Amino acid sequence: MRFDRRLITHFEWLLPLLVLAVCVLGTMTVYSATQATGEHGPSTLTTRQGFWLGAGCLGMFAVLLFDYRRLEPVALLVYLVVLVGVIAVPFIGRIGGGSRRWIPLGPLSLQPSEFMKLALVLALAGHFSRTRPGPLGLREAIVPLVLMAIPAAAILAQPDLGSAAIVGIVAFTMLLVGGVRLRWFAALGAPVIVLAPIMWRHLKAYQQRRILTFLNPDMDPLGAGYHVIQSKIAVGSGMLWGKGFLQGTQNHLNFLPEQHTDFIFSVFAEEWGFVGTMVLMTLYLAIILRCLLIASHARDRFGVLLVLGMAGIIFWQAVINVGMTTGLMPVVGIPLPFFSYGGSSLLCLLVGTGLAMNVSMRRYYF
Amino acid sequence: MPGRHPPVISREIPPDLQIRIVVAVAVAYLAFSLVGVRLWYLQLERGAEMRSLSEHNRIRLVRLPGSRGVVYDRHGDILIDNRPSFDVVFVPEDTRDRRKTLQNLAHYLGDTEPSIHQAVRAPSKRPPYEGIVLRRDVDWEGVVALETHQLDLPGVSLQVVPRRFYPYGPLAAHLLGYVGEVNEGELRDGVSSYRLGDLAGKAGLEKSWDNDLHGTAGGEEVEVDALGRRVRVLQQVPDMPGNTLTLTLDRDLQETAENALGTSDGAIVALDPRNGEVLVMVSHPAYDANIFARGIRRDEWRALVQDPKHPLNNRAVQGQFPPGSTFKIAVAAAALERGVATPSTSVSCSGGIPFGNHFFRCWRKGGHGTVSFHTAIVQSCDVFFYTMGQRLGVDPIAEYARRLGLGLPTGIGLEHEKTGTIPDTQWKRRRFDQPWFSGETLSVAIGQGYVTATPLQMANFVATVANGGTRYRPRYLKRIDAPDGTNRTETAPEILGQADLKASTLAQLHSAMRDVVMNDSGTGKKARVVGIEVAGKTGTSQVVTMGQDRERSNKGAEATRDHAWFIAFAPVEAPEIAIACIVEHAGGGGGAIAAPIVQQILAHYFSRSQGPPAAPPQQAAAPGRETPHAF
Repeated sequence: MRFDRRLITHFEWLLPLLVLAVCVLGTMTVYSATQATGEHGPSTLTTRQGFWLGAGCLGMFAVLLFDYRRLEPVALLVYLVVLVGVIAVPFIGRIGGGSRRWIPLGPLSLQPSEFMKLALVLALAGHFSRTRPGPLGLREAIVPLVLMAIPAAAILAQPDLGSAAIVGIVAFTMLLVGGVRLRWFAALGAPVIVLAPIMWRHLKAYQQRRILTFLNPDMDPLGAGYHVIQSKIAVGSGMLWGKGFLQGTQNHLNFLPEQHTDFIFSVFAEEWGFVGTMVLMTLYLAIILRCLLIASHARDRFGVLLVLGMAGIIFWQAVINVGMTTGLMPVVGIPLPFFSYGGSSLLCLLVGTGLAMNVSMRRYYF
Repeated sequence: MPGRHPPVISREIPPDLQIRIVVAVAVAYLAFSLVGVRLWYLQLERGAEMRSLSEHNRIRLVRLPGSRGVVYDRHGDILIDNRPSFDVVFVPEDTRDRRKTLQNLAHYLGDTEPSIHQAVRAPSKRPPYEGIVLRRDVDWEGVVALETHQLDLPGVSLQVVPRRFYPYGPLAAHLLGYVGEVNEGELRDGVSSYRLGDLAGKAGLEKSWDNDLHGTAGGEEVEVDALGRRVRVLQQVPDMPGNTLTLTLDRDLQETAENALGTSDGAIVALDPRNGEVLVMVSHPAYDANIFARGIRRDEWRALVQDPKHPLNNRAVQGQFPPGSTFKIAVAAAALERGVATPSTSVSCSGGIPFGNHFFRCWRKGGHGTVSFHTAIVQSCDVFFYTMGQRLGVDPIAEYARRLGLGLPTGIGLEHEKTGTIPDTQWKRRRFDQPWFSGETLSVAIGQGYVTATPLQMANFVATVANGGTRYRPRYLKRIDAPDGTNRTETAPEILGQADLKASTLAQLHSAMRDVVMNDSGTGKKARVVGIEVAGKTGTSQVVTMGQDRERSNKGAEATRDHAWFIAFAPVEAPEIAIACIVEHAGGGGGAIAAPIVQQILAHYFSRSQGPPAAPPQQAAAPGRETPHAF
């Protein structure tokens, strides 16, 4: 492949810098959060996170080397491979935290549901690039819904409510921003929105609890409420300036079950205070806005949807995770993007960032 | 444009893309503003409050274990209840000087320090700030002492928890079972919602019906002060009590049976032959389940487990005994059905018969003379049944014994139920890889040799004979009720099989069994109840090998003495109760030892049904001379 000088002149600097800033803060916080837990030791998990960060950066730059449009024909293939992984999890997977989510691969273990998020974005972008021009109707939305529903159901069965929810939400975001007519959303969404609370209300309290614990075994109803309280205390006790790096008391007492993964934000907020959380939130907002800007300048539908999908993954996970740790939303297992401990998630997000950069750098090609 | 063209793909940008992206930007701003406001609220507005909460970690989670379901007998008497008990809970993080606190605690409880220290050390994986239960069920003095000296005991608190209570102590202990702390293995199964330290059913119906009995745990979020005392409840998830069970057991009759058996070892089972309901299930020696409820001490447990009499075993379903002469009913049924005997068949008994190089004795040394089929049962003539055994062979005997429920699990649904042994040629080959010797048939014909059965099987056996050949599944559970009364499940009689005996056979058996009790020459006349026709069969099963002098062994060591059996049903015309009773190592025959016990139960049962239950049981004096060795 010949290299074009325009790739250098149009190199996307801002997005990777923002992302890497979040990654560095995240790794530091993983170090702090795991310092107290004797089980793995701080160094092991932080080193592992550093390794994944390095691997992710390599992946991020590797996907810059080719035109993102070459991915379009293989998008469905990538999706199918990952889908096989997701479906294989119950059979060969490793159990962790009450559910089966990981596939062991030598010294590493991969979490196919994380890869699914990116693969679904690719598959949906590929699908829409082949649809007829013009506004999209219900018929164009059926295939994407099926593409979303199969892995979502498989992930839900692991059970991993959080990842399944993200897969669904991201798919809907792509449909919505990507051009399906709004009226179809109204037609599809209205009955669900109206009926769900009514049906929910008709269930008895213990039935509701049973459904919730079935969907999400981590969520012992009282235990979860307790964790949210502890998490809120941790966040709030940071006050303006925070208690200082490694000085958090709340997290060092092991009150939070997933303090280096799902509840990592509370550790960060405790140590860095309001100032720190504002910086972090601003970084996330900047990443999202930058992605939206790239999408608006992309030269084709595939590129647009690819970047929008990535933006969706980052946006929803960040908002839901922070919402959950601050008690705004129910507790579901969703990691904070670029921040939580977890190799599969970090790798996929960085590769996705690379794809967004790719779209940005090749926006003047025609 | 340089390079190869990628495949043709639609370049069409989605319509209104710019508008949609503007909306997306707005949504992003809105969402992050919301999060920002939330962070401002938590970290600045309520920051100081949260900081102080974080300093002492004042929020605690207290689990409220759901109380277990109550168990009633058939008339509504409470057999298993719950009572409040006070547990001492200790949160090590709440005290500066742990040793001093524990020292004080040991002092106030009158306990030794090492045992308290041991309890603190025990749980390895404990989340910080979660209490350790140091002592369960502290007595009132302990409660008062701890409440008064709370300031000396930072981190120590009292927790009220429901504790299992068995109001009648050892009554029906084996059927009811007991509870104990769940062990790691049960937790690993992950089936139940148990946590370490919870009490779960470990034996009897407490175990078999644990899923119904155990409630659903709730919990409380409480704020505590610096000493670990609760200030207020922040949030509460109410616990749900378990389901209520109503048994078929008759508490009143059970008590009569327990008293009748007294201090002897053995078992009694009474069934309703019309539907298989268990009215009485006694196993002695028993234990008091209350010691399990409060947390059994190590020495108490050791004493129970190491007791050579195995008080924890439920003899009614786990004890396998040779049925002795009670088994002759099965042999008689086989003989009539197979046509090797008719009511007019008679055999001459001269005190025994030679077979091979062995002399098989009748229990009556002088012999019975000429005995008819009827007399053979009434007087339990061994020689008659040796002859029947020879004529039948072992396999038909085994077939009819199984039709009447022996050698098969009764399906009562209690743990470790044994099936006993009904030997036949196939069994012998499988078990010993040997052919059947016809001499062994003679032992089988009088319920000795390899033949064994549990008391429950014998009760179901006599119930099946009594009701005309219908084998019911014995049932001790009548009804399950949800705690809020919304849901009720009744159990129904379940027929496991039909013996398919001819009416004439049944009539013969009933008439002969009636005369066992009602005729003056019968071996079971001590079971007579005034005004009621009782049918029965005595049995004396040998513990030592055939041929040894029974007189001598019965005066010797307890372990070599005979077991005394009595099986009965009444009234003969329309049976409503069937009983099997065994007294282990009784040192006497079934007629002398077991029949009077059954008599007391029957007398009480019928005195109640014919008058007010308060009426004292009629003590029917058995007329006629006492036979020193009634079989």
